[in-house]
Amino acid sequence: MDLMLAILITVVGASTPILIAALGELVVERSGVLNLGVEGMMLIGAIAGFVVQFHTGNSYLALLAGAGAGVCASLIFGFLTLSLSANQTATGLALTIFGTGFSALAGSSYSARPVTLMRPLFPAEFAASPFTKVLFGYSFPVYFAFIMVAAIWYFLHRTRAGLILRAVGENDQSAHSIGYSVIGVRYMAVMFGGAMAGIAGACFPLLLTPQWAERMTAGRGWIAVALVVFASWKPFRLLAGAYLFGLVMTMELYAKAGGGPLSVIPSELWAALPYLATVAVLVLISIRRDASTNAPACLGKPFLPSN
Amino acid sequence: MTISRRNFVKISGAAMALPLMGSSAFAQVEKIKIGFIYVGSINDNGYNYAHNQGRLYVEEKLGDKVETVFVENVPEGPDCERVIRELAQQGCNLIFATSFGFGDSLVKVAPQFPDVAFEHATGYMSGPNIGLYNARFYEGRAVCGTIAGHLSVTGKAGYIGSFPIPEVVMGINALALSGRRINPAFTVKPVYISTWNDPAKEADAARAMIDQGIDIIAQHTDGPAALQVAAERGIVGGFGQGADMSAFAPETQLTAIIDHWGPHYLASAEAVLAGTWAPGNTWEGLKEDVVQMGPYNAKVPADVVADAEKIKAGQIDGSFHIFTGPINDNTGAERVAAGVTMTDAELLSMDWYVEGVEQPA
Repeated sequence: MDLMLAILITVVGASTPILIAALGELVVERSGVLNLGVEGMMLIGAIAGFVVQFHTGNSYLALLAGAGAGVCASLIFGFLTLSLSANQTATGLALTIFGTGFSALAGSSYSARPVTLMRPLFPAEFAASPFTKVLFGYSFPVYFAFIMVAAIWYFLHRTRAGLILRAVGENDQSAHSIGYSVIGVRYMAVMFGGAMAGIAGACFPLLLTPQWAERMTAGRGWIAVALVVFASWKPFRLLAGAYLFGLVMTMELYAKAGGGPLSVIPSELWAALPYLATVAVLVLISIRRDASTNAPACLGKPFLPSN
Repeated sequence: MTISRRNFVKISGAAMALPLMGSSAFAQVEKIKIGFIYVGSINDNGYNYAHNQGRLYVEEKLGDKVETVFVENVPEGPDCERVIRELAQQGCNLIFATSFGFGDSLVKVAPQFPDVAFEHATGYMSGPNIGLYNARFYEGRAVCGTIAGHLSVTGKAGYIGSFPIPEVVMGINALALSGRRINPAFTVKPVYISTWNDPAKEADAARAMIDQGIDIIAQHTDGPAALQVAAERGIVGGFGQGADMSAFAPETQLTAIIDHWGPHYLASAEAVLAGTWAPGNTWEGLKEDVVQMGPYNAKVPADVVADAEKIKAGQIDGSFHIFTGPINDNTGAERVAAGVTMTDAELLSMDWYVEGVEQPA
């Protein structure tokens, strides 16, 4: 039982950054923009968060710095793809390469410098027993991720602004013709995605490994991008998807490390599960043709007003 | 004196025409330019950091007589060929390719630059101007294992490996063998994570093992993430790999295996300067100071330190070799007879685990 709880705690840690980054990308894609630069923005957020944590020790400031750095990075993407109508796929890839290099440069003098982990949000008494620790033992970003799932769902489906954002993503020409600023809405969405990716990146030094290491996100930005498709652009499915991926990533290691009941499912199978699940979900989506794939109709297409 | 390539061809041609002189094809030079190629970042606090420290060591020792250049984060693939060629064309007399995966590129490019000396770390493909060099990291593992055998309360150590290659298998076995000399019930659990550098995955692997009862952690990956988790969880301790990682876990790092390539790089540089460089195949360890042990943690008791020092001294004077029989594999079958020491060739192709190592899942 204690082991189960310990595994759960590790799963939460592994899932949180993926979930936060994917939530940002979900909003971006719902506005009709495909930003493949999530990995790069995460790395820029990670180094910004690390530097602030190192110099001030204030983890909330560090998260803010990560968000701010992510916004700055996303604005490069926004300017190129929205204002100059550059190809989104190529620009996003370039942003990832840029982020990798830039974060390495910015962090070159911060090697061999450990920081402290972010403190849990609730006082230690709340997390005294193993059970309550599973609920109350985490720091702020874990709860933030859950709140954002609900908040983004509410925003997209229950507010006028969310409706406009979806309209821009589904049919930019129509939205434009009835007077909405397609570019403006998309800029906001891209900046929000940048902030979320930056926070997700900052989670690495603050939650997982209190150090700076080049390329420390190690491809999780790409998992986040893939998850948005996996979740068919729906926030609550995204929550399930992120925790499923976190679970299998963690279980692979626990299965390798342990004997007994954990190794009933071989670690190789755990490692393969996310891909099997992706195939299964994609098949399910295409079977239900009536619901269509749910992909925003204007995803990835540059907006050039026709009038 | 600088030598143009055309003159060099003449000189080396003359040298080759006179095989009885026994001289190499390499002429004496007054100033040497050395190129280093790293697979990762010099700021990884581990493997690549250590190679870069070796570069700085050569610069410090040779002063004006040497100029060094390095290229970091070079992927193990076709891109590496371009980097090697560029360094050679920039006028490097000596080029160190410091990762196993650079081998294929090196054997392709090196013949095009017969006047340049190449050395490949941890590789196996040599050539007329390609030397090989490696370090006996397993000697350091034997010292770590001695400490682990003494201090582990649960008698279980976890070992985070990158890939199941002989280099890594050898280290796991050395840790298990030396730990079991102290505590016959000591076991090692390897977990392979299929990467050299993914701090979050290293950390999660450490968590997975600690949650399942290990209280000593060792790793053969590039960073200090696992040690930080060990510190966070307050287990008995762990070992630094590649470099002294005590800054990351001052209470937890029991000692560290430090790669100290400087002396080897210096010797090669001096040989090129003197015109005596020839492709070699060196595998040096504690004795040659290419492998060093980090400081012992204050919490390691004096008698344990003494025992560890004894193992270290034995490996330096040659009286102790961790891979001396009898050694059984983890199915119980005898692999090495009593009194027999495994040869270097056997070690470099090791693909089985000794008794006490749990078969990786």
